[in-house]
Amino acid sequence: MTTDDGRRTTDHRPQTTNYGRQAVRAGWGVAPTFEPNLPRRKVMGMVWEGVALLAILLGIAMLLTLLVKVFVDGLPYLRPQLFTEFPSRFPDKAGLRSALQGSIWLMVMTALLSFPLGVGAGIYLEEFAPKNALTRFIEINVANLAGVPSIIYGLLGLGLFVRGLGLGRSLLAGVLTMTLVILPIIIVSTREALRAVPASIREAALALGASRWEMVRDHVLVYSMGGILTGMILALSRAIGETAPLITIGALTYIAFDLRGPLDIFTVLPIQIFNWVSMPQEAFHRLAAAGIIVLLALLLTMNALAIWLRNRLQKRW
Amino acid sequence: MSRKLLLSISFIVLLAVIAACQPAPTPGPTPTPQVAVTVVREVVEVTPTPGPVEGTILVDGSSTVAPITMAVAEEFQKLYPQVRVPVGISGTGGGFKKFCAGETDISNASRPIKKSEVEACAQNKMEYIELPVAFDGLAVMVNPANDFVTCLTVEELKKIWEPDAEGKITNWSQVRAGFPDRPLTLYGPGVDSGTFDYFTEAIVGKAQASRGDFLPSEDDNVLVQGIAGDPNALGFFGLAYYEENKDKLKLVAIDAGDGKCVYPTLETVVNGTYRPLSRPLFIYVNRARADEKDEIDLFVKYYLENAKTLVLDVGYIPLTDEIYSLAMQRYEKRIVGSVFKGGGPQVGVTLADLLKAEQ
Repeated sequence: MTTDDGRRTTDHRPQTTNYGRQAVRAGWGVAPTFEPNLPRRKVMGMVWEGVALLAILLGIAMLLTLLVKVFVDGLPYLRPQLFTEFPSRFPDKAGLRSALQGSIWLMVMTALLSFPLGVGAGIYLEEFAPKNALTRFIEINVANLAGVPSIIYGLLGLGLFVRGLGLGRSLLAGVLTMTLVILPIIIVSTREALRAVPASIREAALALGASRWEMVRDHVLVYSMGGILTGMILALSRAIGETAPLITIGALTYIAFDLRGPLDIFTVLPIQIFNWVSMPQEAFHRLAAAGIIVLLALLLTMNALAIWLRNRLQKRW
Repeated sequence: MSRKLLLSISFIVLLAVIAACQPAPTPGPTPTPQVAVTVVREVVEVTPTPGPVEGTILVDGSSTVAPITMAVAEEFQKLYPQVRVPVGISGTGGGFKKFCAGETDISNASRPIKKSEVEACAQNKMEYIELPVAFDGLAVMVNPANDFVTCLTVEELKKIWEPDAEGKITNWSQVRAGFPDRPLTLYGPGVDSGTFDYFTEAIVGKAQASRGDFLPSEDDNVLVQGIAGDPNALGFFGLAYYEENKDKLKLVAIDAGDGKCVYPTLETVVNGTYRPLSRPLFIYVNRARADEKDEIDLFVKYYLENAKTLVLDVGYIPLTDEIYSLAMQRYEKRIVGSVFKGGGPQVGVTLADLLKAEQ
């Protein structure tokens, strides 16, 4: 090896390199004329630290610009009417009552439906399923489904729920479609939460004569509930911002009446915001900003809920 | 410590949002009844007879016509609180698909029904009544820094937009002798929109025939930003978007070939001198449903009676009284089919003549 190569090799080593080590290395015959060049390496370190800092600052600056713009535009419109009034052609009277109802109903029903399905599937795959080619195939597909664009689910929902089951453009069709969107995410996160429970716990339960289901119910599930709920609420946070699949299944744009039930037609916050953004009048754009703040608040609340639940339910083994 | 802090912060956020959400799900008493009453009085001149009608009227279709139908629905629902009128936006074409399949009662359309759509409706034995509700002017715009364009002829616009111009007409100096040597950048609505259909029909002579190398956007506000930020830009979209952005854009007058440069205004669009870029907007009503359901019948009549004021509210141009009354007659006589005979967007026809011809 040449001197040059030798120096490059030593450059990879941690900075603790000192002359003593170098002497040892010289003894190996790797780098007979090693120069530490400490000042240059320190400069390089600082340069890279700067580049990394710039990368994070750029992201934060973008986010701040966005937030500041949204808040400056939207705050004047963040008033009680925004929550109590229906959309209107006059921005001063317009609110997102129907959209907020739609979003909250959609979230609650999607949560009720996707929790048992997603967690159940996760538990089966992780704790009960035999490890064979079929389950491996299912596992790979579930993981892939988590990355499928949501509009594809919208098309599926349109064919299956809206037309196939004859649910029409109802909230229920929206709930079922949204459940499909987030199920893979819930399954994957449930499995990760279950996997985090050490095997010794399972073995201890089984050794004391618990059946497999008792072991899962009384031990594994209890210890992993914090993680499962976190994944669940993060999945719901994704669902609340989704527009594409709901537009595909025919969620409406203008609704000026209260939601009556799961089979009623509906709209959601992102659709209302999108509609306001595309209006010609500047005032509607500000109204849209106010809508974005409400959506953000809802999202942050759900995330806060996730953190709170995790801290509350997390049990140590 | 920090976890406690985080917890309490998240709890406060939670409380704030719950408090903010509270009024929404609980209907309670009508929040601002005074406002509602005055608005109704302003708009409604027809004798309000809020009867026991109830039901849901499903409307879908063009995004251009949607604001008008939303405005009518808003006022109508104040008069008949038991009737629910939701409005969807899926484009003129998407709207007709649902309409002809019987999924909707009324379809908004920014162009007349096309032959293929006529056939789709006929297959389902669906009869419909075509009613004009407003005019929309298409505005041609340049950047305010552009000091050499004030008026363009239809010929010049055709030269710019026709399919053959793709990759060839790329400089303002090619448009008219005497224009400076500056690159030409083009902005227009997406090719799925009725606006694009109409513009190409009116300027190039064939719907959808256009060069492909322009910057398209489905969102007219994006086009506004594009033209406002590019000194070499030329673009077109609905007049309503120009009205809201007068300070950022420069309107171009159109010469239809007779040497007269005309700007789109309320008067020139209504009296037909702003040619050929003013178009009628329509609603299509499912005839059988209008016969069956009182609420649909009432809604359509209310629409035609009050469109004049409501259309202005949302930035479009009302039809003449004559056309509104002709449309009303057409509706009352239940004359089905399209006056345009499935020809799609048509340019240079006056609605009044077409409607009179069939009465």
